[in-house]
This record gives sequence, structure tokens and C-alpha cells, in this order.
Amino acid sequence: MPDSAPRDSRELRHMLGLDGLAPAIMTEILDTAGTFLEVLDRPIPKVPSLRGVTVANLFFENSTRTRLSFELAEKRLSADTVSFSAAGSSVSKGETLLDTVRNIEAMKVDAVVIRHGASGVPHFLSQRIDAAVINAGDGTHEHPTQGLLDIFTLRKECGRIEGLKVLILGDIAHSRVARSNIFGLTALGAEVKVCGPATLIPRNVESLGVEVASDLDEGLKWCDAVNVLRLQLERMNQGLIPSLRDYQRQFGLTREHLERADREIVVLHPGPMNRGVEIDSDVADGPFSVILEQVTHGVAVRMAVLFMILGHEREEGRG
Amino acid sequence: MSSIKVGLGEADRIVVRGARVFDPQVGLDRVTDILIEDGVISSIGDLSPSQQAQVISGKGWLVVPGLYDMHVHLREPGQEHKETVRTGCAAAMAGGFTGVACMPNTDPPIDSPGVVRFIREQATGLPVEVYPVGCVTKGRAGKTLADMAELAVEGVTAFSDDGAPVATAGLMRRALEYAAKSGAVIVEHAEEPSLTSGGVMHESAASTRFGLPGWPAVGEEICIARDIALAEYTGGRLHIAHVSTAGSVALIREAKRRGIAVTAEVTPHHLTLTCELLSTYDSDYKVNPPLRESRDSEALLEGLLDGTIDAIATDHAPHARDEKEVELISAPFGMLGLETALGVILTKFVQTNRLPLERLIDAMTVQPRRIMGLPPVRIEPGARANLTLIAPNEDWVVDRSQQSSKSINTPFHGWELRGRAKGVILGQQYYLA
Repeated sequence: MPDSAPRDSRELRHMLGLDGLAPAIMTEILDTAGTFLEVLDRPIPKVPSLRGVTVANLFFENSTRTRLSFELAEKRLSADTVSFSAAGSSVSKGETLLDTVRNIEAMKVDAVVIRHGASGVPHFLSQRIDAAVINAGDGTHEHPTQGLLDIFTLRKECGRIEGLKVLILGDIAHSRVARSNIFGLTALGAEVKVCGPATLIPRNVESLGVEVASDLDEGLKWCDAVNVLRLQLERMNQGLIPSLRDYQRQFGLTREHLERADREIVVLHPGPMNRGVEIDSDVADGPFSVILEQVTHGVAVRMAVLFMILGHEREEGRG
Repeated sequence: MSSIKVGLGEADRIVVRGARVFDPQVGLDRVTDILIEDGVISSIGDLSPSQQAQVISGKGWLVVPGLYDMHVHLREPGQEHKETVRTGCAAAMAGGFTGVACMPNTDPPIDSPGVVRFIREQATGLPVEVYPVGCVTKGRAGKTLADMAELAVEGVTAFSDDGAPVATAGLMRRALEYAAKSGAVIVEHAEEPSLTSGGVMHESAASTRFGLPGWPAVGEEICIARDIALAEYTGGRLHIAHVSTAGSVALIREAKRRGIAVTAEVTPHHLTLTCELLSTYDSDYKVNPPLRESRDSEALLEGLLDGTIDAIATDHAPHARDEKEVELISAPFGMLGLETALGVILTKFVQTNRLPLERLIDAMTVQPRRIMGLPPVRIEPGARANLTLIAPNEDWVVDRSQQSSKSINTPFHGWELRGRAKGVILGQQYYLA
């Protein structure tokens, strides 16, 4: 985590991750997102908060929903936006990441929303460019806006975060969603357990303040909510799981699991889903699923993050 | 009598006046003068000021046998944009070294007499001796043994595929057997690739937190265990480069206890830095083997004190800024070491009374030369001058923009150190900072 972690939202210059982010700032973001969620229900779902602010969405890794969600959030705030995807760009011509981003910054953008396959890229850029940096997912590290939108959804569904029991299910080792959820939830007082094949649970995971559930049934009996992670199919080729079938038999979330647990469990999934692998359609489309609410909340949470970083700057006369 | 000029120079008669002359090998430790005539120490004792000579005023300084770094990367031939033999030697002189052993992962690699001679020639006229380390395998490709006997004729006394381990147990066995005849040592970069490939930093709570692929301690230890078994089986001489884990220290300690011919080195960075530094994703902290945990650093220091680890070596590994200024996962491994090693060890361990000065001299000149099969360097009349001059109480701040190396990838930028090299004398040649 950065040495100079902001303690107050007015000091918030970037959104690099939830690790080390002050709980008060997280709560303020969630509260602000609540206000923006109402805006999204208006006949004209748009506010002028970031008029004149330019945001560049730089996606060095494919993503449809996160990019759309950010673009929508920016437009709802009246920001000017440009988007960039790595395919066919100068990245494939051997230009370095730093040059690419500096070039875009030289076009006078105020903020850079970045998705990149390598952990730490947003941190690397934030030390080298003037624009605000918002992490839209870096490698296997963090995906802070996803973590915040999951927490926002949980708070809305369950009424609280403090003391809430959350099970994170699947490939913890390679999941930025898992990390951001763990950092955010534990900072806000929730209890977190993780569950998955031993090869996909990082060593030392307890050092993040979580426990490991010995199996899925035990975890489900314990939890108030389960966040089901997407299983990247490449894990099989890497020899980390023997087969999808073997994974599904132990860790695929089915209606039978939820019935055995015999309690109301909120079901989240960051998407996109592999139906029939990590989650059955019965569950994904079932009564406890909040998966589509997550998508709606994503726009509001991203509006809140953008507003809190860039809105303050405007008030100070930069915009 | 004239005062000597700063920089590189050459003189028939040099006097180092009034320094503390310290050489535990010959029981020498007193404040006195040294006279060097035609590159040979002609007398040690208080000299009358009438001597016609270039005079170095050594008041408050320490004079010790010339330091030797048995593990550096000079990058020439092939990667001159990172370092050349001459810029690497400049860094060595600035750091107080009169001898360096350069690793063969050049392009072409050091697997033929021509490359050995080429590298040596680049260093002529400098007060630093360069000892090329030969490849274990042809082209460092890990397939067949390099022409080790032919390289030995050129004076090569150590072989390594550094940057990578000797690829298979079978090759390591043959290398140890083949080298044993000439008394050469096999220097091993211990790493089991099937456990470490893709790894960026030490596998630990920190790597889990930072979301970075781990390079686990066991990836080093399993290779050392393999090599120790082979050294025992063949009777060959094995040297473990840049030992980085507590488990490795235990393995080597046990092997030495059983009388196996194994030696080991440790770097200043593994002694002083830990993996939590990667929190900034700064690639200047990315090194192979990776920075470990504080309990590993403690075990390394213990190993250095009890003789399990014989030598301190820097693994000086220059990389150009544009190669390092990229996402961490794509950046090359390696950090500079030559210009900071002495200051870091003095500040962190000698000034704090955790390492006797005598052991520093032993680990930075006596042991590495012994392991490399070179004659000892002593401060005594009749010996060729080979000296390092040190200002042990000088406070300074490491500034990467002031390095003599062609590259600036030091992890110690901004460190406040006490004690630094002031110069070296090798025969008639000298360098003064």
C-alpha cells in the first residue's frame, strides 16, 4: 500500500486499490454511490458534476462490462471521455506502456481509467504522470471499483457490513476481485472466509485477515453471502486444476448446496459467468441472486469514485 | 614530494601516509605509512618526508587488501547499452574493488578463449583486474559442456551458467566431474525453473497481498539440495551464488559439517532488503533470487558470521532505464551493487557491531579469491600493491545520478551511509575518488 495513504476523501488523488484505503473514505464513496443510484432512476439520468473534465479509459486487456460501466458513469457525470483498447494500438508496435500513457496524458486528460494485465501498473503510472489514475483491474492484484460495488450491493441487501459473514468462492490466488473484496470487507468489519481448491488458494492467505473454509458446504452454513468468482479456463492448462468437471463437483455452486445450507444467502458474481462451471443457472437466476443489481450498482459506484477524485479538483479551480 | 591528483593515474613511487593499515592475514593493524615502488610494496613503517613520491594523505582512512567481487555482470560483449567492461570497472574502482569476476551471460557468452581475451583487453590500464567466469554449457544453452579445459588454459578458474541454473542434474554431475581435474569451481545460480517460472517476487504474505506471482524459497533450496548431493557424489567443488533463504543456509551448513566441498556467497541486498519493498511495484527491487523476508536476512547474517557463507558478492546487474521503467512483471531482474556494497555493509553491520571488520575483509577479499583459486593478496613488503582505501567515518548519501556505472538501477538510492571507498591501488596504477 502507498506510504502516503489518504486519510480524508479530500486527499484522494487516485483509486489504486482498497488495500490501506481508510474505512471512512470507503464509507463516503458508498454513501455517495447511494445518491448517484437515485440519479440513475431519474427521467434524465445525468448530472453536470464533471462538465469540462476529460477522462481516458485505457483498456490494455479485454473487458466489455467494466469499460461500458466506466464510460456510462463518466457520461452520467457529463465528463468528456475517450476510450482506447489495446488491440491494434501502438502497444502492439512495441511502444512502452509509459510512452503510451504519457502521450495520452499530453492530450490534456484529467484522469486515466486503466485496466492492465500486469499487477501494479496503476501504481507505476500514478508515480509518473500528473493525471488521476483509477484502477479498473490490474493483473492478479486489485479491482477496487468491483470490490466497492460488491460491498455496496451487500450493504444494500443486508443492511450492514460490520459483522457480515462473506464467503468468497473459487480461484482466490489469481483473483483481483477477491483481493479487493477482502481488503474492503475486512477494513469495514466484515468476516471473510475463502473457499476453493488448495492450488488456487494463495499460501499465507490468512495474513490478509481471512480464514479458509474446509469445504463449500461448511462455508455456506457459515455465511450470509457468497461471492462466486469466475474460473479462468486457462487454470486447467496451467495444471492448477485437473479438469472443469473435477472443479465443478467440489466447488461449483448449485441449488442443492444452497438447500443444504438452509439459510438465506445472498449470491454475487462479478461476471462474466461460466454457467454450469462455477455457478449453476438455477442459482445465478434464482431468488437470492443479486448479480444484475451488481451491474447497476457498478455505474453508481464508479460515478462516486470519479466524482470524489475529480469533483474536488474542480471545486479547487483546476477543472 | 607532491600530492597525488584525484582520478585515474600511474606512478613509480606512491606513499600512502598516516592511514590505519589493516590486514588480518598478516596480523597487521597500525597507523603507519606504505611505500610502493614500481608497483611493489617496498616498506611499511613511518617514512621520512624526503622520499620523492606521489603522496596520498590517508589520515583517518583505512587501508586494506584490495576488495574482490566474485559476482558481477559487465554486460560486454553484447549489451553495451547497460554496461561495458570499462564502465563496470569504473563502478568497481569507485566501490573499492581491485578485482571482479564477471559472469558469462553475455552475447556471445563466455564459452570460448576469444571472448575471455576480449573482455580482459577492455580492462587494460585500469587498477581493476577482470576475471571472466566461463560457461558450464556451450552457449549457456544447458545442453552440452563448454570447452572447459580450453578455457582453463586461458586462466578461467570458475564456471557458471549464471542467470540460469545448470539445467539438469546429469549436466551438473558431469560439470563437477570434468572441472575437478583442473581444480575449477562450478558456480551455481540455484533455481528450479518448474517452481519459479513466472515468479516476480518472493512467494510470501507480501506477494499474496500485492497480487504478484511468487518465486518460492523452496525453488532455490531444492536446487541447492540437488547440487550438494552431486558435489558429495563427485568430489567436485561447488559454489552457491547469491544464497537468499534461511533454508539454503541450513542446507549449506549441514553440507559443510559433513565435509562436502561447497562454498557460498551472499549479496548486500539480500542481507539488508526484504520483499515488502515491492509494495511500490518499483522494478529496482526486482532481482533474482528475489528479496526475501527479515528472518531470511537474519539467517544469512548468521551464516556469514559462522562461516557457512564464505563471501560477500554483489551480483552487480546493470539494466538500462527504459528496460526497467516498465510494468514490474516485464522488467528484467537485477540491481547494481559495486558502488554501494562496502558502504552498506559497513553501515548496517560493522558500525552496528554485528560484523567484525576483520570478517568483512575476509568475506570481501580473502575468501572470494580463495574460492576463485587465486593467490592471496596481502599487505606485506615484497608483495605487489593491491590496496583499497576507505574513509570509514565519511557520511554520504547514495545518489543514483552520481554512479560510475552506465546504469542507475540501485535499490539503495537515497540511503544515508557511513563509510565509503576513497580509492584503489593496483601495482603502479591507482584511482582516487
